[in-house]
Amino acid sequence: MWAMAMKELRQMRRDRRTLAMMILLPVLLLVVFGYAASFDVDRVRTVVVGPLAQEVAGGLPDRLQVVETRADLGREGAVEALRDGEAVVAVVTGANGDAAILVDGADLFSARSVVTELRGRPELPAPEILFNPGLDTSTIMVPGLMGVVLVFVGTIATALGVVRERQSGTLEQLAVMPFRPRDVLLGKLLPYLGVAAVDLVVIVAAGMLLFDVPFVGSPLVFALGAVAFLFVTVGAGVLISTVSETQGQAIQLAMMIMLPQILLSGLIFPLQAMAAGVRWIGYLLPLTYFVQVARGVMVKGTPIDALLLPLGMLAVLGLAVLGLSIARFRRDLAPAGRRHRHDEVATVGAGAR
Amino acid sequence: MSAAAGRWGVDGLGVRYGGRAALDDVTFEVAARSVAAVVGGDGAGKTSLLRALAGTVRPSAGTVRRPDDRRIGYVSAGPGVWADLTVEENLDFAGRAYGLGAGRLRSRTAELLERTGLGEARGRLAGRLSGGMRQKLALAMALLHEPALLILDEPTTGVDPVSRVELWRLVAGAAAGGAAVALATTYLDEAERAATVLVLDQGRALLAGTPDEVLAAVPGRVVEAEARPQGVPAWRRGARWRAWSPDGSPLPGTTEVAMDLEDAVVVAQLAREQRSAA
Repeated sequence: MWAMAMKELRQMRRDRRTLAMMILLPVLLLVVFGYAASFDVDRVRTVVVGPLAQEVAGGLPDRLQVVETRADLGREGAVEALRDGEAVVAVVTGANGDAAILVDGADLFSARSVVTELRGRPELPAPEILFNPGLDTSTIMVPGLMGVVLVFVGTIATALGVVRERQSGTLEQLAVMPFRPRDVLLGKLLPYLGVAAVDLVVIVAAGMLLFDVPFVGSPLVFALGAVAFLFVTVGAGVLISTVSETQGQAIQLAMMIMLPQILLSGLIFPLQAMAAGVRWIGYLLPLTYFVQVARGVMVKGTPIDALLLPLGMLAVLGLAVLGLSIARFRRDLAPAGRRHRHDEVATVGAGAR
Repeated sequence: MSAAAGRWGVDGLGVRYGGRAALDDVTFEVAARSVAAVVGGDGAGKTSLLRALAGTVRPSAGTVRRPDDRRIGYVSAGPGVWADLTVEENLDFAGRAYGLGAGRLRSRTAELLERTGLGEARGRLAGRLSGGMRQKLALAMALLHEPALLILDEPTTGVDPVSRVELWRLVAGAAAGGAAVALATTYLDEAERAATVLVLDQGRALLAGTPDEVLAAVPGRVVEAEARPQGVPAWRRGARWRAWSPDGSPLPGTTEVAMDLEDAVVVAQLAREQRSAA
């Protein structure tokens, strides 16, 4: 038994990635997720509109953090502000002193905290919940979970596909064939992107049929966000494959990328409830922006001009991740430099003659 | 055809992996319509040399003469085929990769399936082929586009004797058809069939030339005996012993034998060790 234990220890010591996962990762996860794991939203972004906006804004409960007062806007403008994600609560004041409180039900935990707060304040009007009137969890979880499915398909399947090529020794064969590294990579990714796109359509349909998730926005805007997000996930898969020798290593790394995305993207825990440092990690993760696009388009019908920030971030992250993965893949595939399109005599190095 | 009318190769080649030199000042040439063999033990630098020639390893020194990528055929030391594609799908992929038109791809596929005897297995997954059949498929994929330079890294290693003969028939056919064939092997009987041989040892050229030139370059003489000769370097060949007399003087109880390439490689290594020790 001791011989076996010694062998295992020696192997474990050399597999530094697994060792790091076993020792460092739990500590890191505990610290990060400890600050992230909260459903309690203390401050809720609020706009106050209507002729008495200024006066009413001062008398609202502390939880309603007024970010804007607009005397020139009415109910329509307030609904628009909620739809576009500018605020979670909109207080609409009337000239004769009446008021209405509109709450964005797509921001589930913020909405719940507001509803609970207002129940204890009978002097304030009862809130009117928009977009997700029943405050259903599935309505807001399913669009976000589509992103998780895409991470699975895009990142893990792609990483495994590329690593399999390396593990089976055929990557070397590809390196000699007259392909540009870019062609190899894109040719390899295209089927995965196709399968992921089919997957996306199936899960959107399943979400609508099985969980009654609404789809009130533009399918085109949703498709745009999904394609941008797919490029990030597939690019991450390639990036993982360039630093993994085996499929086991690729799965390990993919998990290390997926876990923070699931927990810090706002999919489960609201970003507003996280400590500032942890929230900023969330802002670097692509799933954060896909969740915003998917919930915005499907549940609230948010138009494209209100989603430019998340769409832009997905595009930037997509370009960065895919660009980096192509650069690393090129290094693996064409270590001798550019492909040769003509007979040549290449002279290199100090000892060249 | 440029680069001195189809004479491909390397001059003064150096290849380093990190701080370790895999090849140092190696020169190797292969001409059209001929086979040039690279021999040597494990870690001698054969694969590094062929990779540098194919362009997948960046040399640290020296000159590499190679044709356009589209005129190189390469069989790596690995499987060289896609295990989850059928024989025909592998050939189809290779043909498309090298830009063969549909008509030419069809005719070349049919021709190579017939020449390799893989016609019956055309629908079988490459991963389910025997070692010999898999190597024949890899060779067929490398030959599909009729390359000017065919680079084969140990194509017959681990292959049964009958398949080895068949593979060599294909290699010789490729050379007769005009290709320059650079081939690494650990089998010295195979190397003797090549027009030129380069013997590598620890990343350096030990011997080079035609098989006859290699044999002529070896100093001293080789003798044979029933029992191990004492006081001289000796090695087993079958049931008998062979020994090397560095200065060519006769050894009692032994008979001189005509040296073959295997003896030459052993003697060259012994001579190098003696020089290093001196």
